[in-house]
Amino acid sequence: MTDFMLEVRNLNKRFGEVHAVKNLNFQVPKGEILGFLGPNGAGKTTTMRMITCYMPATSGTVRVDGLDTVTNSLAVRRKIGYLAENNPLYGDMTVQEYLTFVGEIRGLSGGLLKNRVDEMFAVCSLGRMANFQITHLSKGFRQRVGLAQALIHNPDLLILDEPTSGLDPNQIIEIRQLIKKIGAQKTVIYCSHILSEVSATCNYIMIINEGQIVGSGTSEELTRNSAGGNRYVIRVKADPEQVRNAFAAVPGVSQVVTKPAGDWIVAEAFVDGAEDLGESLFRCAVSNGWSLSELKHETASLEDVFIQLTRS
Amino acid sequence: MQKTMAIFKKEFKSYFISPIAYVFITVFLAVSNYLFFHVFFLNNQAEMRGFFDPLPIIFLFFIPAIAMRSWAEERKVRTLELLLTWPISDLEVVAGKFLASFCFIAVTVLLTLTIPISILLIGGKPDLGPIVTGYIGTLLMGGAYLAIGMWVSSYTENQIIAFLLGVVACFFFYIIGSPFIVMFASSFLASFFTYLGLGGHFESIQRGVLDSRDIIYYFSIIGFFLFLNIQSLAGRKWE
Repeated sequence: MTDFMLEVRNLNKRFGEVHAVKNLNFQVPKGEILGFLGPNGAGKTTTMRMITCYMPATSGTVRVDGLDTVTNSLAVRRKIGYLAENNPLYGDMTVQEYLTFVGEIRGLSGGLLKNRVDEMFAVCSLGRMANFQITHLSKGFRQRVGLAQALIHNPDLLILDEPTSGLDPNQIIEIRQLIKKIGAQKTVIYCSHILSEVSATCNYIMIINEGQIVGSGTSEELTRNSAGGNRYVIRVKADPEQVRNAFAAVPGVSQVVTKPAGDWIVAEAFVDGAEDLGESLFRCAVSNGWSLSELKHETASLEDVFIQLTRS
Repeated sequence: MQKTMAIFKKEFKSYFISPIAYVFITVFLAVSNYLFFHVFFLNNQAEMRGFFDPLPIIFLFFIPAIAMRSWAEERKVRTLELLLTWPISDLEVVAGKFLASFCFIAVTVLLTLTIPISILLIGGKPDLGPIVTGYIGTLLMGGAYLAIGMWVSSYTENQIIAFLLGVVACFFFYIIGSPFIVMFASSFLASFFTYLGLGGHFESIQRGVLDSRDIIYYFSIIGFFLFLNIQSLAGRKWE
């Protein structure tokens, strides 16, 4: 057994002319919550479908806990809990029937099956919906049923494909908390195109565009490394030319741009590293005798990074 | 086995949750009883030929109506993605679905037992042999139509297309053995076509001759099309 729950090597998928997934390589260590981020149509769902053995890869390999998805498909499927895109469900069953059915397919039976179903009711707060037909549930409850379905066999790897799509803000927060709770003990892959969600739930983020990985790291790493990410905004009263020269001379500043704002000048000082330059910039303004009305540190949001990396 | 049973239970139950089962059973019983009784009293003979004879044609429409949803619906609602990512082999899924639909057909067919019972009640003395074999043949033929219909259903997400193609596919296997086609074939092909045809085997079983060749024929048709069904799942390269 390896330390990685998931290893993807040189993974490719073509649909006729369309090259949906291009030579994807990545690994997910056990216990991590990986955010799989990308615009719609970037190849997220296709990649998940190959990991969950729904469709074969054109080339390349996927290993789940050391097991190959092609040669050991059933064993891999036993380890995975999957909430598919748009959360398909058998609408004509009641919640209780459905979870029992999934449990049976997952090889549970007797008392163990009953315990797990009851536990899912508790974990996903579904108890009072047990005897409702799934068609009649609200979207939030349907999503919880989908999640309960993915969790009933206590999977090692949980794959969630846009688990909060179509939910209202309260439901999103609930589902997010639920996932965080579950993610404490499991490896989770969380696909989404909603940035705030991924940065709130995941400890490692991978950004994919047009079938390729275009960026990866923790949320902080991604924002820090992005071009123009780390900058100070300073509002002073002085000659623009002079401001640019003075701030550019401060060690650590790579570039300064200014723009007028009424009587004031707003200068943006871009910083290469991660060190705190607030004090040096303040002293620089003071030593030049400029009036200073604002000095703030800004980092690129994940949104900026996302747009930067996925704009074609 | 537990997994096949789980699929079986779910599928069988789902017929009775929706109105499908009740509409289907009612219409089937109405049609088959009408066709039987409107000749029964004219012929004045205590036999069930009038019931069994039109069955290959009636099944042509009724069985694809049962088979059409088996895969088309799963694809349409996308639950196929769940089903195929659960740890259950393609064989187990196909077997579970086939058995569920087959048992539903069996229930419907057994509800027509009112016909032989009424013959007995009104004092007729029918030869029970052909009636028993007739029912066995009906179930075997129903299984064969069902396997063909299910296989066709696995290629589309539209139930109406699945139904129509199912009718066409079943009709093909029905007509191929009929004298009308066989007449035009060379002598070698003629015997081959006669053997392949779904109707001829039913006719001889229904006459009271339970030949192992006919039984083997129906089992091979069922096996072959379930095998094709598994293949079409395994080759899931759609989307």
